[in-house]
Amino acid sequence: MYALAFLAVPIIAVILFSFWTQDFMTLDRTFTLDNYREIAEKPIYTVLLQRSIYVSACVTLVTVILAYPIAYFVSFHVEPGRKSLWLFLITIPFWTSYLIRVFLWKVVLGYNGVVNSGLLGLGLIDEPLSFILYNVNAVIITLAHAFAPFAILPIFVALEKIDRSLLEASQDLGETRFTTFLRVTLPLSMPGLVAAVLIVFIPTIGDYVTPELMGGAGGKLIANMIQVQFRELNNAPLGAALALMAMVSVTAISLVFIFLNRRWLRRQG
Amino acid sequence: MSTLISLSQVEKYYGDYHALRGIDLEIRSGEFFSLLGPSGCGKTTLLRTIAGFEGVSGGAIRIDGKDMAGVPPNLRPTNMVFQSYAIFPHLSVAENVAFGLRRSGLSKTDKARAVTEALEMVGLGGFGKRAAHALSGGQRQRVALARALILKPKVLLLDEPLSALDKKMREQMQVELIKLQRQVGITFILVTHDQEEALVMSDRIAVMFDGEIGQMADPETLYRRPASRRVAEFIGQMNFLQARIVDDAGASLMLEVAGLGRTRVEASQATADARTGACVVGLRPETLGILFEGEAPRLGQEVIDAVVDEVVYYGDMTYYHVHIPGVAEPLKLSMKNITGRPVLDIGTSTRVAWDPRALVLLGG
Amino acid sequence: MKPLRIYAVAYLIFLYAPIALLPLFAFNDGTIIAFPLQGFTTKWFAELSGNKALLSAVGNSLFIAAMTAIFATLLGICAARAGAMADFPGKRGIIGFVMLPLVLPEIIVATSLLIIMRQVLGLDLSNWTVIAAHVLICMPFSIAILNGAFQNLDPALEEAALDLGENRWSAFRLVILPLVMPGIISSLLISFTISLDEFIIAFFLTGTNPTMPVYIWGLLRFPGQLPVVMALGTILVTLSILLLALAEYFRRRGLARAGVTDSGGFL
Repeated sequence: MYALAFLAVPIIAVILFSFWTQDFMTLDRTFTLDNYREIAEKPIYTVLLQRSIYVSACVTLVTVILAYPIAYFVSFHVEPGRKSLWLFLITIPFWTSYLIRVFLWKVVLGYNGVVNSGLLGLGLIDEPLSFILYNVNAVIITLAHAFAPFAILPIFVALEKIDRSLLEASQDLGETRFTTFLRVTLPLSMPGLVAAVLIVFIPTIGDYVTPELMGGAGGKLIANMIQVQFRELNNAPLGAALALMAMVSVTAISLVFIFLNRRWLRRQG
Repeated sequence: MSTLISLSQVEKYYGDYHALRGIDLEIRSGEFFSLLGPSGCGKTTLLRTIAGFEGVSGGAIRIDGKDMAGVPPNLRPTNMVFQSYAIFPHLSVAENVAFGLRRSGLSKTDKARAVTEALEMVGLGGFGKRAAHALSGGQRQRVALARALILKPKVLLLDEPLSALDKKMREQMQVELIKLQRQVGITFILVTHDQEEALVMSDRIAVMFDGEIGQMADPETLYRRPASRRVAEFIGQMNFLQARIVDDAGASLMLEVAGLGRTRVEASQATADARTGACVVGLRPETLGILFEGEAPRLGQEVIDAVVDEVVYYGDMTYYHVHIPGVAEPLKLSMKNITGRPVLDIGTSTRVAWDPRALVLLGG
Repeated sequence: MKPLRIYAVAYLIFLYAPIALLPLFAFNDGTIIAFPLQGFTTKWFAELSGNKALLSAVGNSLFIAAMTAIFATLLGICAARAGAMADFPGKRGIIGFVMLPLVLPEIIVATSLLIIMRQVLGLDLSNWTVIAAHVLICMPFSIAILNGAFQNLDPALEEAALDLGENRWSAFRLVILPLVMPGIISSLLISFTISLDEFIIAFFLTGTNPTMPVYIWGLLRFPGQLPVVMALGTILVTLSILLLALAEYFRRRGLARAGVTDSGGFL
């Protein structure tokens, strides 16, 4: 009980701080909106933010679409005793060093990496493919890999909760397997899908390592800029303002997404 | 027998919810006492206040003359058999049974002997080394019993102990529990929602509704002379007919009963609130009987014409719903299927015998 | 449903492919991380053990991870116990708050904490600032695991112990603690693993002593050091998998003890 209070303090402080940033934007800690003005006026920040959101959206889309069949497979086509083994297999890569995993993708996708040297060796291409390294695509592939378990688990949990007799009832009432999936399974697994989308979308906005290693010059995202402001330019207030902006955008987009999803579900019902 | 537990004006609130409303209760030493009622009536709450898991919001609980206010469960002379049995899953059967002896100061060999005796008493001799999670439902319940009885409590509290067992096992355990209680002579307080279980096992039963005791009596009185329509409905089957008292002669009453006509009953057949004007009479299905070909009513019985409405065949018994003129609801009655007695078809006209002495007069 | 199964296996290969490369290059006798392979060697591992700066970073990380695991689990026990007890006003809100770091972008947690520690509290960055931050991000995991352990417990077990003469503390020690022990161990292991791997927050909050991931990050910029990183990575991944398998084993044993059938993994 007391521990809860103790715990809440730093978190409350984090939240409060994001409001306070405005109060000591400058080091003399007087209230100013200069940083926000700078963010609004210099196109680099807006470009970065837009690119971050675009990348996050792509990652989310790719990850969730790839993850759904897996969750479906484990939930519906794996015998109960082996389900936890499958889940365990899926979660293990997630627990191994993130840095090293990202770096390994560089090895896989690089100019003389596994993919390129393999294809060259087979004579399928004449020169290394360049569209998979040091750009936004590389960032998307890497992040889709890194966040896979985050997308699979919520969908799996939602699918597990579906009463199997509902599916039989639907087929009994004349639906095919496919229409049953569309009319029963998909709507019922929607909460898991929403959770998966949010759980992938929100953290990817803040990812720093992958764009830094994989993004090259054109693939840098907002998190890299925040880091630069904090560590290299020593302009913490601007960095904080950027972080806050990023968070506000993420929250806003998430809320809009949840809202649209609710409306869609209601129209279905 | 002397009073062991006495509750006076016990109240319990959960926020605004009034769970116990002024419970007065005396339980005698060595008695098998049951708290019976539908779910949410407060029977488990009452048991838990006696055990000390819940404090009371008002009133007093005394066990063996001592006020239990502020006494925690570990210091009360009560032990409990939980609905889920609460067998410690990380301990063996013997370790479970010995759990409460930790502070007893007994030597190791004395403890081991006590555990062996307790396990034998509940029919689990030789099970001591088994892992607790490998036991069946019936065995878990026996371990829970042994674990509580080894401490020789003054009172054993049983919270729906048989509800998790299947029907056969439940009936077997009912008999075993009665035998065990006689053998150890400890006061048992049983909480149950199963009226049959309460009737089979108890010396006395308190029927509870909405945090109050509706009636407290021995099983036979409870069944034959329910104190209210609610008690009558809760325990066994009962037909209800509208009636009117046409004459009150003190020791006996003259009734006008819908469908049955005028009849005279003893004053003792009426509840206190049923002495004037409109009331309801109750009639158990087994006190009614179809008169088959060549059968005559017994002495004191009366006869009415009826038509069979519904037949439910149970093997040893047949339940009939019969329609009598002037009453909308059919009467339920049950007949033993003795040799040579036919099962009637729906629509058969027949005669039904009933006995005024079996009537119960209940308040409107 | 053959196509689904094929897809599932392909997906697992996608998940594991990068990790499979790790040992390949760790034992590869060539300084460039690229195919074709050059031949077998263990010299990168030998080089690892001779690197003082790296060893001190590893030591640092182990200390931070151990402290994080202990604090996060202790706090997790209190939170899970409070969560398992009766409702109190705002319970959902508080739990939701504690779970927040799970979905907050890490860079934001990192920057916020940096500002709080440096400018609000005026602390110097040290191992302890990293520990505090890591406890914060490990809490959701530790609470999730311990919640599972506590909520699977029949509340009647504690009452039974009280009924049989134990007081609150001895009932906790004799009954609750042994039953949730597997959950505690698995929470310790998970927190330890998370803290050991965590980079961004450590990157922002470390003082003069880098943690292992921060050190690796530095190494990644020098191509000549890459095989050493691969060797280190191999050791780390093996260690992580071992720790996780152990955590999973204890979690399952906990479920078995509580008499519940398994229904899922972590989270």
